[in-house]
Amino acid sequence: MKKTGAQILMECLAKEKVEVVFGLPGGQILFTFDAMYHAPFKFILTRHEQGAAHMADGYARATGKPGVCIVTSGPGATNLVTGLATAYMDSIPMIAITGQVATSLIGNDAFQEADITGITRPVTKHNFLVKDVRDLARTVKEAFYIATSGRPGPVLIDFPSDVQKAETEFVYPTQADIRSYRPTVKGHPGQIKKAADMINKAEKPVLYIGGGVIISDAHTQILQLAEKAQLPVIWTLMGIGAFPTKHDLALGMVGMHGTYSANHATQKSDLIIAVGARFDDRVTGRVDKFAPGAKVIHIDIDPTSISKNVNVDIPIVGDAREILDELVKHVAKKTKLTVWHKQIETWKKDFPLTYKKDNQLRPQYVIEQIDEVTKGKAIITTEVGQNQMWSTQFFRYQRPRQFISSGGLGTMGFGFPAAIGAKLACPDAIVFDIAGDGSIQMNIQELATAVHNKIPVKIAILNNGYLGMVRQWQQLFYGKRYSGTVLDGNPDFVKLAESYGAVGIRVTKKSEVKAALLKAIKIDKPVILDFRVVPEENVFPFVPPGAALEELLQGVA
Amino acid sequence: MRHTISVLVENKAGVLARIANLFSARGYNIDSLAVGETEDQSISRMTIIARGDERIVEQIEKQLNKLVDVIKVSDFIQTEHLERDLVLVKVSTDKSTRSEILQIVDIFRAKIVDVAPTSVIIEMTGTEEKINAFVEIVRPFGVKEMVRTGIVAMARGSK
Ligand SMILES: Cc1ncc(C[n+]2csc(CCOP(=O)(O)OP(=O)(O)O)c2C)c(N)n1
Ligand SMILES: [Mg+2]
Repeated sequence: MKKTGAQILMECLAKEKVEVVFGLPGGQILFTFDAMYHAPFKFILTRHEQGAAHMADGYARATGKPGVCIVTSGPGATNLVTGLATAYMDSIPMIAITGQVATSLIGNDAFQEADITGITRPVTKHNFLVKDVRDLARTVKEAFYIATSGRPGPVLIDFPSDVQKAETEFVYPTQADIRSYRPTVKGHPGQIKKAADMINKAEKPVLYIGGGVIISDAHTQILQLAEKAQLPVIWTLMGIGAFPTKHDLALGMVGMHGTYSANHATQKSDLIIAVGARFDDRVTGRVDKFAPGAKVIHIDIDPTSISKNVNVDIPIVGDAREILDELVKHVAKKTKLTVWHKQIETWKKDFPLTYKKDNQLRPQYVIEQIDEVTKGKAIITTEVGQNQMWSTQFFRYQRPRQFISSGGLGTMGFGFPAAIGAKLACPDAIVFDIAGDGSIQMNIQELATAVHNKIPVKIAILNNGYLGMVRQWQQLFYGKRYSGTVLDGNPDFVKLAESYGAVGIRVTKKSEVKAALLKAIKIDKPVILDFRVVPEENVFPFVPPGAALEELLQGVA
Repeated sequence: MRHTISVLVENKAGVLARIANLFSARGYNIDSLAVGETEDQSISRMTIIARGDERIVEQIEKQLNKLVDVIKVSDFIQTEHLERDLVLVKVSTDKSTRSEILQIVDIFRAKIVDVAPTSVIIEMTGTEEKINAFVEIVRPFGVKEMVRTGIVAMARGSK
């Protein structure tokens, strides 16, 4: 029996076991929305396509499964761009399906036509324009395979309206076979042995882990490696949760707002074992002064990440988990604590993350309390700015996929829709978006989505009345000239929440924080907590731009 | 260093754009790029001439390899290979210069492919250096127009 392109797409999504699709319709995707009316998966209508993209992304980060969104052509498609770029930078598997004008009209500047494959080429792992319905099923199969294999990423399928209506037999390929795409999985055994030797000989090693560890599900192997070889562990923002924060070998995040111990250990190490991390400039600080005495072992599935920013002595290309399984076998078991470990202990003790513990309502305290009342178990999404950095510092993450944040692109407006996606993926988890008063306004319209679909996420706005992170730079480097960073005209967030049918709670005193959080968690609805925090609080430590990692400013207490 | 990079790609819409995008987005310089079908109609070969230190060229090659539509990337720097470029040059002529131009064409084993009252079009194939030398020699006669295909390359031997 022949089926339409739209029906075939639905069957493909069902075959891929898609549970939820996010999106918003329009003229050139109408036919597909009609086919979706009886689809076996849930459809979440968002209020903006950017929201749909971030929800799909948040769902993917929380589960490891690809997130899916469907939107119309033209403006619907262009509204996805930020969401795709966000996912692309952080290697998140996502499938975006965009309506397109009929193939006969493509290139004619037809109504709501946009060259979306052209526009999104630099921000997708790959994209397709399906011109013939007979190619559709294979294309969808390939799209899912590309999105989820190797270094994952978003894949876009542009779906012209006539192809949605055209008919053909539906056959779903059992597997994708793409001759030009064969990601390397197994690490080179010789390289793995060399790496083990180097680890065994190192006196001042650090294990530097990133998002790749979470993607490849290698956190257990990381724990084994660290414990067997007694490796102090530092992580990137994307690697948060891949190693338990409270572990003795944990030093914390490295980089611009990294911990004193992580940054100093990196700089003074004689060996950096990088796993699924890419030596981003926010991590290395001034790159020519980065870890001057260190040799580097770099394990990554993407060869382009290796020796891009920092020279690597032993590259190992492949899947982190498979490589670590081998590597763990070859490293020597160490039991004794060395001078190096004692040095690190001293740094950790003498320079912990801290802030001024007075009676004022400080943002760091709010985050500590979220940790406290959720027993460290909540899924935390963040916006971007100071709120994001404090969230990396003052919540002690215990497991992978617990911290969901836009790392590479730093997208304000990401956290709230991502929280919705994560909550749908993990209905039993408490999900908090730790937000700034600026960022939250970038996708606040999704409150309607959360209320309408009964998705009880909690939004903790660290309301400082500023685009705080930018203001901090202006305070430190631009003579306190707060140009364009004062958020006069903020709405009353409590009333705003209420107007959407959500719940709003205002908190102005430190003493009210805990009760407010407990109350918010009990309410089975989306809740906005408007924390009126100290306006000019800063994020420390801080490695100023152009400085080396150990030149961190310690601002407080 | 000058590298000749030979890239086998799927013969599909958008592939050239992906490669061009990669070079512009990452700020790599290319001297020339030539594309055409191979013995297998579904595959095209691109020959890219790129310059840069080892690290940059290595990145270029890895980035090319990462593109989903790229089947194989070969750097010919260590490989014995042939390179050819083709040029068409429209050179001004008159009675007094015609025979001298003919001589040069002969020496370079080029060909006159079109004759007009005040100009000729010369076609020449060769390595980049040979073509550069040729163009320099005919330049004094007045080059009205010139077009080159870009370099194509092939490894020697039976592989
Ligand atoms: C979409 C977008 N626009 C601009 C920026 C630049 N930016 C980075 S942090 C920041 C301030 C964020 O303000 P707010 O959400 O209130 O967070 P705070 O720093 O005050 O916690 C800005 C504007 C960005 N990261 N993303
Ligand atoms: Mg703010």
